[in-house]
Amino acid sequence: MTVDSMYQEIILDHYKNPHHRGLREPFDAEVRHLNPTCGDEITLRVQLDGDTVKDVSYDSEGCSISQASASVMADLVIGKDLASATSTYDEFLELMQSKGQLEPDEDVLEDAIAFAGVSKYPARVKCALLAWMAWRDAVGQARGEVGESTT
Amino acid sequence: MTLDAAAKLAYDISRVRKDFPILDREVRPGVPLVYLDNAATSQKPQQVLDTMRDYYEQHNANVHRGIHTLAEEATALYEGARDKVASFVNAADRREVIFTKNSTEALNLLARTIPLAAGDEVVVTEMEHHSNLVPWQLATQRTGATLKWIGLTDDGRLDLADLDRTITSKTKVVAFVHQSNLLGTVNPVDVVVAKAREVGAITVLDASQSVPHMGIDVQALGVDAVAFTGHKMCGPTGIGLLWGRAELLDSLPPFLGGGEMIDEVTMAGSTWAVLPHKFEAGTPMIAEAVGLGAAIDYLSDLGMDAIRDHEHELTAYALERLQRVEGLRIIGPATTEDRGGAISFALDGIHPHDVGQLLDELGVAVRVGHHCARPACLRYGVPATTRASVHLYTTTGEIDALVEGLDHVRRYFSR
Ligand SMILES: Cc1ncc(COP(=O)(O)O)c(C=O)c1O
Repeated sequence: MTVDSMYQEIILDHYKNPHHRGLREPFDAEVRHLNPTCGDEITLRVQLDGDTVKDVSYDSEGCSISQASASVMADLVIGKDLASATSTYDEFLELMQSKGQLEPDEDVLEDAIAFAGVSKYPARVKCALLAWMAWRDAVGQARGEVGESTT
Repeated sequence: MTLDAAAKLAYDISRVRKDFPILDREVRPGVPLVYLDNAATSQKPQQVLDTMRDYYEQHNANVHRGIHTLAEEATALYEGARDKVASFVNAADRREVIFTKNSTEALNLLARTIPLAAGDEVVVTEMEHHSNLVPWQLATQRTGATLKWIGLTDDGRLDLADLDRTITSKTKVVAFVHQSNLLGTVNPVDVVVAKAREVGAITVLDASQSVPHMGIDVQALGVDAVAFTGHKMCGPTGIGLLWGRAELLDSLPPFLGGGEMIDEVTMAGSTWAVLPHKFEAGTPMIAEAVGLGAAIDYLSDLGMDAIRDHEHELTAYALERLQRVEGLRIIGPATTEDRGGAISFALDGIHPHDVGQLLDELGVAVRVGHHCARPACLRYGVPATTRASVHLYTTTGEIDALVEGLDHVRRYFSR
C-alpha cells in the first residue's frame, strides 16, 4: 500500500479547485461540524425544494482529503432527489468503512470512487466523511427532524 | 580533549539508542522508524520493560494490605518508587508525592478539591493543554467562580503585561504550564509565582513537558502543586504524579473515595487516611509505579543536565534547518531561548494532515492537529499544526530525515 492510492489525481484536482465552495443564500439549514482530533471544520448550508436538494454550499478548512470530499459531495448531491442523494450517501459511507475491500460503483459515486484508497487509512476516513456527515445533519434539520449534535 | 568533546563522549547517543528496542524497528520493510512524536509520548528503555516484567514474574501482590512475603515486596517496590519520584523532583517530604493515572487526573484532583466560590477567580494561560484548562472550566462553572487567562504574544510567549490585569485579589488559583506542548515555550515560573504570591493565590504547575526534558526542583520553583505524567518520561502509561505542599494537600478534601484512602469507616461516616494515601483510593497502578521508578533511575543515570544539553543542541539544529525550508513558519519561539524541543510549524498551503501522512510514508512520525491546545492554535490563526518533538534518544540524522521529508512533501503537492 502506498500513499499514492490515497492521493489520487481526482482528489488533488478537487482540492486545488473546489466546486460549490463559499456560503450561498438562500438556505434552509446551516450546520457546523468539527473533526475534533485534527481541527478540520466545515460550515455547510442546504436548501431543499420539496424532495430535491436544490443547493449545497459550504465553507471549510482542512486537509486535502476533507476539502476534496466536500467538493465531490456537493457535485454529487446538488439537483438530486433526496432519496437518491441519501442512497449515494449510504454507498459512500459503506465504501469508507470497507478498509479497501470494496470495488466502488462509478455510476453511483462518480468522482467519489477516488476515495476508495482513503478507506485503507483509518485516521483519514473521518476526514473524507466530514462533509457528508454535515450534509446529512443539515438535511435532517432542514426537514425539521431533531438535529444531531453539531460537533 | 576539550571539555566539550568530553561531554559528548559522556553522552553516547548510539549507546543510548540501543536501550530502546523500538528504535530499531522498521515502519515498513526497508523504512526505518524516525520517531519525532515524543511530546505525545516517549519510548521505553529495556530497563523499564525488564523491571515491569520482573515485577509481575517475581513480586506481584496487592500493596499495603498483606502480611505475606509477596505483599511486602510489592509494597516496598511501590513505596520505593514514591521515594525515587520524591528525590527526583526534590520534594521535601515523600508524603507530598501522590500517584495518579496521569497528569490529567492530577490536575482534575486539584480542580475538584480546591475550594472555590462565586466571586473567586481562577487564572490559566492561553497556551494550556486541555488537561489544565477544561478541569478549571468545570470547576469554575460548578462553583460560580470566574475563569480568566493570560494571553500570548506573537512570538509564542506569555504576555506578562497581562499579569496585573488577570491576577488580582480575587484570584484563588493560578494554573499554568511549565513548557508548552504546542509552542515549546518554557514559561518564567518565578515571575508568575511572585505575582500569585502577592495576592495569596495557590499556584499549580503543569510540568508534563518539562520534567522529562530538564528535570525540576519543586522547592526551587516555589509553586504549590505540580502535575506530570510517567509515559512522557520513558515510563509506562497509566501512571502520573501530583506533587503538592503537605499543608495544601492536608487542607483539601479527598478526591475519590474507596479502599486505602480511609482511616476509620462506619456506616455513619468515615475519616481519611493521612497523606499520601488520602488521595490514592483503591488498588493503585503498582507495576506502572515500579516501571516509573526504573525510568527515573534511567534518567538519573544519564543525568538530566546531559539530557537537557543534548536536546538543546538538537533543538537549535532543528530550528535552524526547519527555518530554511521554503514556506515553513514556526508557531512558537524561533530561537532556543527559554524553549524546549517540541516544534510546531505550518507549511504554506499544505494542511498538517497531509504533511503527516506523507512523512509517515517515509517512516517519519510527527503529530498533526491542535495537540490538545486548540485555543492557542486559534490565537495563531491555524486550525492545526505539524509538530516534531525530540527526546533524549533523538539524533541530528533524524532531524535531517524530517527536513528531507518536508522537501518531498512540498514537491508532492506542487506536482
Ligand atoms: C503540557 C501537557 N499537559 C498535560 C498533558 C496530559 O498528559 P496525560 O495525557 O498523560 O494526562 C500533556 C500531554 O499530552 C501535555 O503535553
